[in-house]
Amino acid sequence: MRRGGWLLSAENVAFVVFLSFLLVYPLTTDEFSVLNTAYFMAISLMALSLALIWGKAGILSFGQTAFFGIGGYLYGIYTLNVLGSGATWIGILAGVVAGAIVAATLGYFMFYGGVNDVFVGLTTLALTLVLQTFMAQTAGSEWTVGEARLNGYNGMYVPQISVGDAPLYGKPLYFLYLAFLIGVYLLLRWLSGTRWGYGLLALQENRPRTETFGYNVRLMQVQVFCLAGAVAALSGVLYASWGSYIDPSSMGITAAITPVIYVAIGGRRSLTAAMISSMILLKVSQSLASSAPQYALVIFGLLALLAVLFVPEGFMVAVFNALDRWVFRRPPANHGGETNDATPGTRQVS
Amino acid sequence: MDGVFNALYQFQVSFSFLLLSAIGLAVIFGMMGVINLAHGEFMMLGAYITTIVATAGVPVPLAMLLGALGVGLFGAIVEILVVRRLYGRLLDSVAATWAVGLILSQGMLILTGPSMQGISSPFGSFSVGPTSYSWYRVVLGVISLVLLGSLYLVFMKTRYGLRARATIQNPAIAQALGVDTARMYTITFALGSALAGLAGGLFAPTATIVPFFGTNYIVEAFVTVIVGGANALVGTPIAAMLLGAVNAALGTEFGLYIGRVGLLLTTILIIRVLPDGISGLLDRWRMRPTGTRSGK
Repeated sequence: MRRGGWLLSAENVAFVVFLSFLLVYPLTTDEFSVLNTAYFMAISLMALSLALIWGKAGILSFGQTAFFGIGGYLYGIYTLNVLGSGATWIGILAGVVAGAIVAATLGYFMFYGGVNDVFVGLTTLALTLVLQTFMAQTAGSEWTVGEARLNGYNGMYVPQISVGDAPLYGKPLYFLYLAFLIGVYLLLRWLSGTRWGYGLLALQENRPRTETFGYNVRLMQVQVFCLAGAVAALSGVLYASWGSYIDPSSMGITAAITPVIYVAIGGRRSLTAAMISSMILLKVSQSLASSAPQYALVIFGLLALLAVLFVPEGFMVAVFNALDRWVFRRPPANHGGETNDATPGTRQVS
Repeated sequence: MDGVFNALYQFQVSFSFLLLSAIGLAVIFGMMGVINLAHGEFMMLGAYITTIVATAGVPVPLAMLLGALGVGLFGAIVEILVVRRLYGRLLDSVAATWAVGLILSQGMLILTGPSMQGISSPFGSFSVGPTSYSWYRVVLGVISLVLLGSLYLVFMKTRYGLRARATIQNPAIAQALGVDTARMYTITFALGSALAGLAGGLFAPTATIVPFFGTNYIVEAFVTVIVGGANALVGTPIAAMLLGAVNAALGTEFGLYIGRVGLLLTTILIIRVLPDGISGLLDRWRMRPTGTRSGK
């Protein structure tokens, strides 16, 4: 299976179709739709981040939005203060590195402290909500970092991504975002096939057993948490620069739950399913937004509930598995359900 | 003198808010290991039921009890329809409760609109020195202590409590001895939900009634449960005292936001040393003489 993962499978075919569509799409439509799709791609990086941490490593993080916000704000603060060519790129790097550092620090405290499972979810969710409350009270003029006014709920102005002195618009921006999305996707796919990636799967199944096989489980947890934090921060950077704007609600409870919902519906064990389904759901959510935004979230909530109850592997992964079985005649690549958790009440005492 | 009273008052306000926010969550977590992420929305539901019933003319305390009862029933339904089907898939059940919470808050937004006329805070105020204080917040402190006492009686003196403790200690053996553990889980989930509904009702006079009412309290509830650990009767109150002191000290000195940030930082430092929270520490301390620990 190790090399077989790159052969003909429903997942890979879906990825190739998806990529071809995104490559051709800008040639067939107007500027607005092109930019709109770039926005979807920025947010889909969140789904990749969550599929990595939750689907591959079995770590339930509800606070990826914290790193999203940190990335967006840091990029804005840097590019507002440092002008000139090249500032954009260092700004992107600064945002991503900031997300990675915060994730690594929090990860160190959690995983080396022996915190796992639901407690990780709680701690990360608490982090993002506290960051939101903190940013919300920065409306006053004393909350200024150099040229950057944080501006509380009015939102902070964020410069666009620019090459030389000219901001990127339209198709070039679209293809830059596509390159980021596909680059991160391919990196994560490659990593899942390495010894380290298989180690993650092992620690999702059983941590003590993985440890006895000689893996440094805690270090691996911090590493994957840090990487997922970096991906979420990149998503935040691209989101903030796309709209020239970021505000504290990007770290709020609704923002925190949406990627979890997208990934639960699509299938958390498959990076491909998480990425494609989040693009589709973002499109659906936007079409509903003009008429009734509340209904979109209720429908997505119900879909996620149905997925968790009846199709635990996720709807898109279920389709992949069926195609694998009946069309490509190969064993399904992604199994559903969890095998790690004990029954209620029998928490492991370590 | 005024300063001392003020500090004590702030501490008891923080303590009761933390305890009331967290106790329902802690009861469910202690029994099932499941964190109910719809906890904030259950509180919101309790606040809405209380407000609607009280506005209709029912006395406020009765309205609060009705709120608790309604949310308790709703919790039982959620347990039977959703949580029960996910036994053995802990993380999935947590994600599922979050989806329930999302449906609740967005559904309430559709049904009742962005906000609702609240009920006013009863009992008025009193003053010590130059500062005026709210009687209602003192009453909340008393109620939280009474609630804690009643929970102690329920878990230590009733048949349900005995069976519940047996189920917490070892579900398989409890089942072998004739305890219907599935029913225990349903009752406990309903009890935890009712406590969330009661907390929502109690907080309703002090806050604006909006569909996202619950988000004001969940950070406090989460950190208290994380620090307290699995023992709702001992861990949660100690955690509420500890965090209440931090919150009151930072909050009065630097404002609400820094108080919240302080809560989170304290929690992160504590879990580095005590991953199982205060309950874990107590367990370890109790087990020390024998030197070995058997699995729960």
